Amino acid sequence: MNKKILGVLIVFGLVGSPLYAEKVKVGFMTTLSGPAGIIGKQMKHAFQLGLDHIGNAFGGMESSVIYGDDQRKPDVAKQLADKMVKKHQVHFVTGVIWSNLLVAIHGPVTRSNTFLVSANAGPSTVAGKRCSENFFNVSWQNDQTPEAMGKYLQDNGINNVYLMAPNYQAGKDMLAGVQRYYKRKISGKVFTKLGQKDFQAEISTLRASNPGAVFVFQPGGMGINFVKQYNQAGLMGSVPLYTAFTVDAVSLPALKGSAVGVLGTQTWSPDLDNPVNRRFVRDFRKKYGYIPSFYAAQSYDLVRFIDHAIRVAGGISDRDALRDAMRLGGYPSTRGNLRFNNNHFPIQNFYLREAVKDSDGSYTTKIIDTVFTDHGDNYAKDCRMKW
Amino acid sequence: MGLLLIEQAFNGLQFGVMLFLIAAGLTLVFGIMDLVNLSHGSLVMVGAYLATTLIEWTGSFLLGILFALPATFLVGVVVEVLVLRTLYERDHLDQVLATFGLILFFNEVIRIVWGPASLYSGLPEGLSGHVEILPGVPYPTFRLMIILAGLLVAVLIYVIVAKTRLGMLIRAGASNREMAGALGVNIRMLFTLVFGLGASFAGLAGMMLGPLTSVEPGMGEPLLILSFVVIIIGGIGSIRGAFIASILVGLVDTLGRVFLPMLLRSMVADSTADGVGPALASMLIYILMAGILVIRPRGLFPARTG
Amino acid sequence: MSADKLWITWAGMALLALIPILIQVFELPVFYTEMFCRIMILALAAMSLDLILGFGGMVSFGHAVYLGIGSYTVGIFSFYEIDNGFIQFPATLVICGIFALLIGMMSLRTSGVYFIMITLAFAQMVFFLGISLEEFGGDDGMPVYRSEFGGWIDLNDPLSFYYFVFAILLLLLFLCHRIIHSRFGMVLQGCKSNEARMQALGFPTYRYKLAAFVISGMICGIAGALFANWNEFVSPAIMHWTRSGDLLIMVILGGMGTLFGPVLGTVLFLLLEEYLPEWMDALLFPGAGEHWMGVMGPLLILLVLFARGGIHSLLGRLRIRNG
Repeated sequence: MNKKILGVLIVFGLVGSPLYAEKVKVGFMTTLSGPAGIIGKQMKHAFQLGLDHIGNAFGGMESSVIYGDDQRKPDVAKQLADKMVKKHQVHFVTGVIWSNLLVAIHGPVTRSNTFLVSANAGPSTVAGKRCSENFFNVSWQNDQTPEAMGKYLQDNGINNVYLMAPNYQAGKDMLAGVQRYYKRKISGKVFTKLGQKDFQAEISTLRASNPGAVFVFQPGGMGINFVKQYNQAGLMGSVPLYTAFTVDAVSLPALKGSAVGVLGTQTWSPDLDNPVNRRFVRDFRKKYGYIPSFYAAQSYDLVRFIDHAIRVAGGISDRDALRDAMRLGGYPSTRGNLRFNNNHFPIQNFYLREAVKDSDGSYTTKIIDTVFTDHGDNYAKDCRMKW
Repeated sequence: MGLLLIEQAFNGLQFGVMLFLIAAGLTLVFGIMDLVNLSHGSLVMVGAYLATTLIEWTGSFLLGILFALPATFLVGVVVEVLVLRTLYERDHLDQVLATFGLILFFNEVIRIVWGPASLYSGLPEGLSGHVEILPGVPYPTFRLMIILAGLLVAVLIYVIVAKTRLGMLIRAGASNREMAGALGVNIRMLFTLVFGLGASFAGLAGMMLGPLTSVEPGMGEPLLILSFVVIIIGGIGSIRGAFIASILVGLVDTLGRVFLPMLLRSMVADSTADGVGPALASMLIYILMAGILVIRPRGLFPARTG
Repeated sequence: MSADKLWITWAGMALLALIPILIQVFELPVFYTEMFCRIMILALAAMSLDLILGFGGMVSFGHAVYLGIGSYTVGIFSFYEIDNGFIQFPATLVICGIFALLIGMMSLRTSGVYFIMITLAFAQMVFFLGISLEEFGGDDGMPVYRSEFGGWIDLNDPLSFYYFVFAILLLLLFLCHRIIHSRFGMVLQGCKSNEARMQALGFPTYRYKLAAFVISGMICGIAGALFANWNEFVSPAIMHWTRSGDLLIMVILGGMGTLFGPVLGTVLFLLLEEYLPEWMDALLFPGAGEHWMGVMGPLLILLVLFARGGIHSLLGRLRIRNG
């Protein structure tokens, strides 16, 4: 009986596995569970909107998408990536919110001759020496956004800044980025746990060190909890918050008025004025009923990026042509015209955004200044790829 | 540094009190019914979710919690009658496995009804501010309230257990179940009642945790493990032990998390210290438990005699 | 384990030996060979747990810790570029043996529910220790290169790796069988049924149980070393307490106290993990599969209540019926 069961199961596996069809297969991995679930939800929504806009056909070809929930766990992400590559035999593994997950899957995916395209995570460790010809990033390199914030803080004479970020690759990149441009006195530097929900202990310590301002990087649910607790502790009025990836369309619906006035830097804002973005924000709000975040914008860009590359290359069979097409850039992006650096990371503008209450009562961010124009990342010079 | 220590001590107290709410129910269930219930953490989650929804429906924080408490009690009763009753006579391994299955089931139900992503609920204006517990030390009002609520519940439990007839039955059952049954106590109903109460307390912990951070599937599990440590340290079946152990564990965890990294920073890089510190603090709790078990194999205040 | 039940073991192992061949014949992706390889590795871990659980009556709720220690032994050697399997695997045995000895020495002084909790607590301790090892990735884990056996076998070839694991499973299965049917095994089983009686008969039960505990830990450590090789990645996640719970489930599902039962249980458990979502999607509605755990939970409860003997006992009954 044991044999029969196994036989049946093998047949099931046979039926389940994809056979020889010239279909474009894309794996999209985000976090749908837990505190980071809100980010994954937005990204999946935007990805699906992108599919709508390209007629569900990457490069005009029949396509299938495999969605995965990495639960923000590196071991789950690795298993998922392995499955996408070995079982479903995808052409692209995409998505990936978290830098630690990206680092875990970067080696296995790129070595397997599958393209890895990140729509969010941009750890420094894959931007320099370990850059790979099979890896592309359509969002940003982690250090860049906080570099913009550091420049702002430096230029505006803000002293005694307290730094806080979660203890993983992106957190370290963020603080490194701030300190690359902010040269004044640092009041303190603390790493919290990734996924931490209660910051009371850290807030108490922060207060005791008497900072002039706080720079914080706490993405997703962590940002909601941190800003909420920062408010509850009575610090919002006395010690100004400067942020990266903390106050945005993901956290504002929960934070509401308590975050109004907080400044942050970013590559994108819903009010960025170009035709692609206007259409994206309008259609996104119409279809889903809420304001998209930059995570969503990047996921949308991801779809347009792959679609554009396949069209230009004329198919997916020639990987080198595909790579050249991807390197070309010039795809319809919500951030206007982007080009790629030699390490396959984008070169783009960075804006200063403020959290505001909109005329129709919703909480969003507005661009108030441009900090960097056509800014490349710090690690491209260490990448030996030339093209 | 002194002020920081006091503020962190309050944080530790708050965490400890929350642990007590969970451990109290657990130790009673364990002590009286000899039941290893891994799904106790799920009741924390259920309470949190029920409160979040009821607060939204009624528009009032107080009403939401007031309704969520009996609702969680009911869930506890249903679980006890349907599943746990069959487990009392089974050995501990069976109980572990079956209640493990309950965890999986509860998590999925929550995921289906409310979705896998976290939910955030706000606090009423009056509770989202801060109070000066000491000059120059503003402390979040809500956390203060948690400490007070927890201490109140502790007093309530003490009064029930030490001063009422029900409490007498509970103590008898915890001390020697067979004897109590032989003396004519309606053991069945006692069990159901005790479990329901334990569920409510656990739910209350969840209801307070929710507005502080967020609610998501599986949120009770980390607390569950810690609660087991608490009741092992405190002694199975002892409320007094659970209280003292919870405060102890709460303080060790919080103070460890804050001061160990500081200590380590003098020896290693910042990010390393900040990563290693909390992990070592967590280990500390288990080392503490192991240490106590070596001296007192039945915990600090074991209730069992039979 | 009586002779008429041994057919299950023979049939099962024969089938496992044939799997890669079947996969080649049906031209399925090599993914499936790797999937069954993982099943065998975890089956080894489950079997090691059965040694002390099914035969010794020790409910260890922290057995996944040895998977972790074994994995990290290989991982840390790999980090320092010592890829020689002839060093890594014996080291795994020694290190896991030491951990099991220490943990066992302290845990076996307690019994009943305290034993369950203290094994859980020690597992948690090592779990947090793993997270604190920033140098070796901490929470995020680190990549691992497959062990080298000096040209004797290339573990990077999926087929070779499969049969390597198969051989180890076969060997350790045989070893455990010999242990159980020796005098040592008899005493161990005696401890499970009535420890007081064994003590009255003059046996130093603590020492027997400790020895079994250590052997079990070492075997599980080998499974861990194999797992690090299979996954090419180590992280503390493998020591999470729910993994220990999974191991217990695999043992009970397959049949406690049978040695091969856990192998069956692991096969069923992991195949369910892989295919239940797909079946639910197909049979119920698309998207139902996400919630497969909601089916596993009640299944587990029903298993505990009604099918305590696991698959092994179900299969065993079959044979007797057929005469």
